[in-house]
Amino acid sequence: MDKDDTLTRDAGAAAAAAAEAMTGAQMVIRALKDQGVTHIFGYPGGAVLPIYDALFKVEGITHVLVRHEQGATHAAEGYARSTGKPGVVLVTSGPGATNAVTGLTDALMDSIPLVVLTGQVPTHLIGTDAFQECDTVGITRPCTKHNWLVKDVNDLSRVLHEAFEIATTGRPGPVVVDIPKDVQFQTGAYHGPQSIHHRTYRPKTDPDLSAIVKAVEMMAAAKRPIIYSGGGIINSGPEASTLLRELVDLTGFPITSTLMGLGAFPASRPEWMGLVGMHGTWEANHAMHDCDLMICLGARFDDRVTGKVSAFSPKSKKIHLDIDASQINKIVRVDLGIVADAAKALREMIRFWKTQKHKVQTESLKDWWKQIEQWRAKKSLSYKNSDTIIKPQYAIDRLYELTKHRQDVYVTTEVGQHQMWAAQRFHFQEPHHWMTSGGLGTMGYGLPAAIGVQMAHPDALVIDIAGEASVQMTMQEMSTAMQYDLPIKIFILNNEYMGMVRQWQEILHGKRYSHSYSEALPDFVKMAEAFGCVGLRATQPSELDGKIAEMIAVKKPVLFDCRVDPAENCYPMIPSGGAHNEMLLSPDDGGEISDAGKMLV
Amino acid sequence: MADSKTKPANDIERHTLTVLVDNEAGVLARVVGLFSGRGYNIESLTVAEVDPMARTSRITIVTSGTLQVIEQIEAQLRRLVPTHRVTNWTDARNGAKAGIEREMALIKVAGTGDKRVEALRMADAFRARPVDTTQSSFVFEITGAPAKIDSFVDLMRPLGLVDVSRTGVAAISRGPEAM
Repeated sequence: MDKDDTLTRDAGAAAAAAAEAMTGAQMVIRALKDQGVTHIFGYPGGAVLPIYDALFKVEGITHVLVRHEQGATHAAEGYARSTGKPGVVLVTSGPGATNAVTGLTDALMDSIPLVVLTGQVPTHLIGTDAFQECDTVGITRPCTKHNWLVKDVNDLSRVLHEAFEIATTGRPGPVVVDIPKDVQFQTGAYHGPQSIHHRTYRPKTDPDLSAIVKAVEMMAAAKRPIIYSGGGIINSGPEASTLLRELVDLTGFPITSTLMGLGAFPASRPEWMGLVGMHGTWEANHAMHDCDLMICLGARFDDRVTGKVSAFSPKSKKIHLDIDASQINKIVRVDLGIVADAAKALREMIRFWKTQKHKVQTESLKDWWKQIEQWRAKKSLSYKNSDTIIKPQYAIDRLYELTKHRQDVYVTTEVGQHQMWAAQRFHFQEPHHWMTSGGLGTMGYGLPAAIGVQMAHPDALVIDIAGEASVQMTMQEMSTAMQYDLPIKIFILNNEYMGMVRQWQEILHGKRYSHSYSEALPDFVKMAEAFGCVGLRATQPSELDGKIAEMIAVKKPVLFDCRVDPAENCYPMIPSGGAHNEMLLSPDDGGEISDAGKMLV
Repeated sequence: MADSKTKPANDIERHTLTVLVDNEAGVLARVVGLFSGRGYNIESLTVAEVDPMARTSRITIVTSGTLQVIEQIEAQLRRLVPTHRVTNWTDARNGAKAGIEREMALIKVAGTGDKRVEALRMADAFRARPVDTTQSSFVFEITGAPAKIDSFVDLMRPLGLVDVSRTGVAAISRGPEAM
């Protein structure tokens, strides 16, 4: 046993002396307060009634009653991503827990800190197939960063505080604490957060300085560098974004970002090349392919970014900064791995760049920029507009233009074509303003996420850029928005298709649109009215601006049915199995997809 | 890391890993779930609590994969919250920690006459000792490297092999240091 553990025990003994006696249910509420939690998203049920009873009397914690537990998890994700604080969820056993699984997996894939508290049947009934029993820790083990079943009330406060620590530190992620009903009733000793010292969990956040020195040397020597940044910059906190900007100021290197990393670097700056990957810009992807140094900061070489791995950036040396050691060399072998928190590593990079008086390769960099400008001149995001039908790209452009003067615009999305158009065309200047389901690709994410964002930022303009198929998956949460006076704007690009499915069927499956047509669509305007919110519809390009202005002006939740061209596809596109320099700019590009490519998703 | 680059990347190698974990509920499921969820192989797995005071368990896993996959497995194991330490006994990257690997097996052979005599003679040569004897059967206990047990089992097959129970590999480092 090492010294640490002895110290912990002493500290533990001191804390035990100061411990307060209370019920498990009271401990839950007390722990939430001690952790600074002000909002929780939940749904009551038999196995959490004692906790809800304790919540009944408490002040300072706002409980948001959702309409489905999946909604609670996505709302908590939206809350977490727009504030940098953990999202907290409270649900019951059995179906309450299983309904939370999609949100847990979503949060795991996108590294979002969630603390999900689930009720469980009383300990003596565990394993008997009791009413609303399920093996919550078993089911959620692969979709959480860590989880616990608390069988002894005297362990409960420690586990709750550990849960917050693990969810929010290192690479953030979701955790589950499963609390049997009898434990909620029992009385035990409550310990505060300061008494917690985990036995094994020690995330490494400080960079190895020799690696930093090497990194800045590689950067100084680079002739065709590119910065490829990701969600790790956002998750690290606002300072990482500031430092990223400073690094670009110092070097003048071109920068692209993953879907998760949008907003870390301002889209208005000239070094910004737009989104990378499958629906990334021509310039970003070609620069990734042709660079001689790739500086990957808090991204993970996802298949949506790399395309064909064997043809991925073949001529470059690669630096990979990630807080999670398991990401380094997972997909792409890199020349230099740095395991650290993004802000800490960036701070050191900048310090060494300055103290060692490094200079960039000015001439080569000038040529490189010349090349990038040529790629940029392709204008790969352009599209053919129409006077008679609303093009989805036009709708997003107008939404952006009519809101860009505001600092407080938060955008969530569902999943599909609309999500990619939003990522390409809604230009983010600041981190924590863009909430989208990246890794898991969860249709139905955006509406509840918008609820979570609006809860945290009551006066902000929160827009869910949605598709008519996705939005129906969690539509019930409009009722939640009404209950809490959350004026979220659900901007539905209604093309009457699961657009991305249709696009792939068009390209890969001979235009056989198998079950991708959104048949029997509800009337979204009437639906909005049924919920008590406001329904708007635009069918003509000429009326779009007016309707958008109306949507923004209304201080109520809005369902905006924006009827767009059903045939429009999302370009540019790297067809599956393709390399970064094999992009399609339009349907006319044709582009054969190999059999191997068809196997990919 | 420099090492692995000089070797062909696609060679499948067999590695023995030891994971020291907190002995908390579900910890084995975490480790096993990681292997099944990410599609890694488990050739053998041995687990027991090794320090009741410190509540630590030692899990020894024999796995196979390319070097990149083995590196991933190690990194993923280190990422599990209850993990104290991960050691790879097959790969010398981490400062050449040579390990001793042993496995124990109980092997039942049934037969009479010459086959029975031959089985006993072979067992003697392999230092396997009979721990249960009837007029028509033996149970042998054998300890050694997995390959030795493989060959003993192969030799017993024509001599009336009935049943094999193997513990999987246990491993420990040579010299005075802990893992």
